[in-house]
Amino acid sequence: MHSSDVGVPRARRLALALVAVLVVLALTQVEGTAQAPRHGGTLVYISTAQPPSLDGHRETTFAMLHPVKPHYSYLVKFDTQNYPKVVGDLAESWTASKDGLVYTFKIRSGVKFHDGSTLTSKDIKATFDRIILPKGDVVSARQAMYQSVKTVEAPNPQTVVFRLKYATPGFVEKLASPFNFVYKAEILERDPHWYERNVMGTGPFRFVEYVRGSHWVGRRFEDYWERGKPYLDGYRVLFIASRSSMLAAIKSGQALTEFRGVSPAELADIVRALGEKVAVGTAAWQCNNTVAINTKKKPFDDVRVRRALTLAVDRWGGSQALSEIAFVKPVGAMMRPGGQYAMPEAELTKLAGYGRDIAQSRQQARALLREAGVPENFSFTLKNRDISMPYEAVGVYLVDQWRQIGLNVRHEQVEAGRYFADQRAGNYDLVVDFACDFIDDPDVQLLKFLSADVSPVNYGGYVDRQLDALYVRQSRTADKAQRARFVHEFERRALSEQAYGFYVLWWQRIIPYWKTLRGYNTTTNHYVEPDLAVYWLAE
Amino acid sequence: MTRYVLTRFLLILPTLLTVAVLIFILVRIVPGDIVELRLVSGGSFVTPGVIEAERERLGLNKPLWNQFMEWMMGIFRLDLGLSMWSGNPVIQEIAIRLPLSLQLAVMASLIATAIAIPLGTLAALHRGRWIDQVVQVISVAGLAVPSFWLGILIILVLLGVFGYLPPLTFTPLLENPRANLAQLIWPALAVGYRYSAVTTRMTRSALLEVLREDYVRTAWAKGLARHVILRRHALRNALLPVVTVIGLEFAFLIGGLVVTEQVFNLNGVGKLIVEAIGQRDYTLIQGLMLLVALGYVLVNFLVDLLYAWLDPRITYQ
Amino acid sequence: MVEHALVERVAPAARRRSHPVARFFRRHPLGAAGLFLIFVLLGLALLAPWIAPYDPVANDFGAMFRPPSFRHWSGTDAYGRDVLSRVIFGARTALVIGFGASLIGATLGAVVGVVSAYFGGKTDLLVQRLVDVMLSFPIIIVALAIVSIIGTGTDKLIVAIALSFVPRVERVVRGSALGVRAMTYIEAAQVIGAGSWRIIFRHMAPNVVAPYLVMLTASLGQAILLEASLSFLGLGVSEPTAAWGLMLRGAAVDFATRAPWMAIFPGLAITLTVLAVNVLGDSLRDALDPRLRT
Repeated sequence: MHSSDVGVPRARRLALALVAVLVVLALTQVEGTAQAPRHGGTLVYISTAQPPSLDGHRETTFAMLHPVKPHYSYLVKFDTQNYPKVVGDLAESWTASKDGLVYTFKIRSGVKFHDGSTLTSKDIKATFDRIILPKGDVVSARQAMYQSVKTVEAPNPQTVVFRLKYATPGFVEKLASPFNFVYKAEILERDPHWYERNVMGTGPFRFVEYVRGSHWVGRRFEDYWERGKPYLDGYRVLFIASRSSMLAAIKSGQALTEFRGVSPAELADIVRALGEKVAVGTAAWQCNNTVAINTKKKPFDDVRVRRALTLAVDRWGGSQALSEIAFVKPVGAMMRPGGQYAMPEAELTKLAGYGRDIAQSRQQARALLREAGVPENFSFTLKNRDISMPYEAVGVYLVDQWRQIGLNVRHEQVEAGRYFADQRAGNYDLVVDFACDFIDDPDVQLLKFLSADVSPVNYGGYVDRQLDALYVRQSRTADKAQRARFVHEFERRALSEQAYGFYVLWWQRIIPYWKTLRGYNTTTNHYVEPDLAVYWLAE
Repeated sequence: MTRYVLTRFLLILPTLLTVAVLIFILVRIVPGDIVELRLVSGGSFVTPGVIEAERERLGLNKPLWNQFMEWMMGIFRLDLGLSMWSGNPVIQEIAIRLPLSLQLAVMASLIATAIAIPLGTLAALHRGRWIDQVVQVISVAGLAVPSFWLGILIILVLLGVFGYLPPLTFTPLLENPRANLAQLIWPALAVGYRYSAVTTRMTRSALLEVLREDYVRTAWAKGLARHVILRRHALRNALLPVVTVIGLEFAFLIGGLVVTEQVFNLNGVGKLIVEAIGQRDYTLIQGLMLLVALGYVLVNFLVDLLYAWLDPRITYQ
Repeated sequence: MVEHALVERVAPAARRRSHPVARFFRRHPLGAAGLFLIFVLLGLALLAPWIAPYDPVANDFGAMFRPPSFRHWSGTDAYGRDVLSRVIFGARTALVIGFGASLIGATLGAVVGVVSAYFGGKTDLLVQRLVDVMLSFPIIIVALAIVSIIGTGTDKLIVAIALSFVPRVERVVRGSALGVRAMTYIEAAQVIGAGSWRIIFRHMAPNVVAPYLVMLTASLGQAILLEASLSFLGLGVSEPTAAWGLMLRGAAVDFATRAPWMAIFPGLAITLTVLAVNVLGDSLRDALDPRLRT
């Protein structure tokens, strides 16, 4: 600066300062995320299904989580804003022993239940005892996930210790399951079934009202352990099963969003109506569609026929076409594309049905069918669920793909009860199946393809000891790279060489939401959402 | 007369008993398992041990006879058991949805009657002329239009043309009449149109029958004014079959609006029935079917009573 | 009832002046129109593969949600399929299921009604109690229940819908049959020693043809509506079959404001078909037995 600037008039300096302040303000307004969260407001969102019961340990559906989970806290949970990072919720910190057999959690003090009582390690022990070793007629749906646990101890009110039988990778991630609501020990002792119809937790919101079939209301819990949170005054869930009503509600602003996912056409509809007012979150979904083949039925016991079936399906082309009308897109094998165990593309394109040259694959398929003696226009039935999104679209697509190698496939859509009964009974030729989870862990994803006498969810009816052995190996390997190699070998054998079943496409989450909803981040699954403690509403 | 009434009343019990037995058996023939549906349909893996434990808990493994007797004993205590899906008492589940369905049925009936009786009378009085033809076409069309399609069209017009979305949740009439009616008037219109078609036709034909009777002709010949004949003789006697039709149709509206409730997203009994069947919730289905049958049987009985009271010629042969 | 039967037997010759069918059309122009519409429908159904401009199940992801235009007279749906072609092929499904179900249901109902009326006594009582039970429920619920038990698909749907009609037809036909049963010539036949089944088929059945036909046409319209409702609920025929009720499900409702033609044309088809059938049924009823007129 020149010495002449000393003489700059005061008014001018003030003006410059003012401009500077305005510029700074303007910059922080542009990206709303830089704003400080605003307190107040009621978030209204939609759930397309109702909770069967209110017990997190017992249920497996998002329909229970979406209205109920804001009332509860977890020992550890997934940080939705930095997914898939696991952070402590009721646990302040934790350590694992070198051999991976002992996990020690330090519990926060001063956490209150909604009825005013204080949370101690006793409550956490009672909760996990119930999840891992349920007594009597208590049902814990994810019991099998915690088979490695020997005991759960609470040596003092602020410490919980998990002792394992054997070391297993990803144990803390498994503990972070969004279904692991922490309950009050005293209530569990009094009535182990109380939580099926009642709510009492330490979460950011109190329970206010539930009218079955209609709505659910929660209100801010003033004594929530995390000071300053939640930002919202309350929330309201509207149970709307009809998709057109759901879209209409979001378009009219009666609800701000729905936390499962919409189809591309529905997204276009909302964007067309709301334009600038709506933001869209997309993420790869931890859900997929598979096709199980009944290996006990002729001609599907012939591996050539099975390979032909998977070769005929154009996954890359399908990803393009189907993503226009259904919420499917990513192409992958057993592990979520983009996840840490996903098969690299170079390896993936070598699997049967994943090649880029569909014409060649189809030629191969036809040759295999001829070799196996399958006549032209051979007919079989593809069983499917009667849900339009995305099952129907996937089914219609598959039928068309097989038509192109000379197969005449009948598409049969059945309602849920019959679908599961038929699947279990092996009453089908091919059936469209699906898998959804909150965790991208090979232990969970590979389970489907284990031998029929080992895996409860093998619907193909085959026995393959090589696969069983590979599964055990990967389950005990702590080194991620080595584990991935075992997993890929498993995938190659099950999907390509033997083609016991195959993956069609993985799903894609599309969440349109009003921009007034802040703090929301779309994660890969609809079980860890909504994370109401961190959401807030702008003006 | 008392003998007639008594006999009709006593017939109710065996009918309901047969309904109960049939429903109990039929519901268990349907393939599909509620536990599987609840635990597996989310897409995650649940071990068979867990599923078995839950089945045990719901009492599904008890011998059929035990299950049936438990249910029957419960009915005598006016306890329909617990819903296998949610664990709530069946009566509670139904009670939440009944007000909406009842109100919808009543509204549809009122609309139907308000349209049908004047139109039917008009058509009968001007038989063969253009008014009659028009009314006939309107009512035949009413029977042909699928009521759920009419519902879709109504929503189309409301949303597309007026940009108006009716309230999505049910508020009881006494709490907030405006919101309540704003939600229910549209499905009531969709249902009422079809309902009115049936009633119009019945009004017209019943009135025609009566107008041909000798005593009406006599009154006409005697020089009585037309509207006096109508009011004092014709309408009153034509009312009998009309009231029967109104009553019977009303009875069917309580559980029969399955598709309409779907279209308008109403939390009613019809939707509950579809859900319960889809979920294989035995206790809930049994309770619902029993109630629907009871409603129909009671309405029938009331109509029979009305008949016996209004027309002393009717006795039990 | 007695006079009617007597007239039939005594003076058939007196009616030979003009053909009864021609007379029927002259007296009931509306009924004639209905019959004409039904023939048009039959024609569409039979000639569908030649009339329909596109393949009803061919997806065209490049042409989704197109409004009616010269290329697609009724627009396209969520998969890019031509709505007009699907409506034309839908006539097949509607008529197959409609005719099939109403024929089976009405005939079964009539047979049960006549047999029950003839044998009377305990059989009649038992059958009537069962029919009472079935009549205690709205038809849609009976159909729902049957579909849950036997499953979905065109053939199973026909059975389910047919069974739903049996009780109502049974009641009406039984009413007529009871009247015939009480007549002296039936007693006479029994005295002579004619077998029960012979009496039922040769004497009773011909006299309940009128209510049977009336119920048949009534059932036809109802069957088409019922199929539409069940398909709408997802319990009818499956994609990608072209069926009017199925076309109204899912995307047609979700995107009703954006692509109203998806819902309008199939609904119109259903309405016109059922209208034609009902109008024909009404005229038939008027002609065959004025006493059954409603």
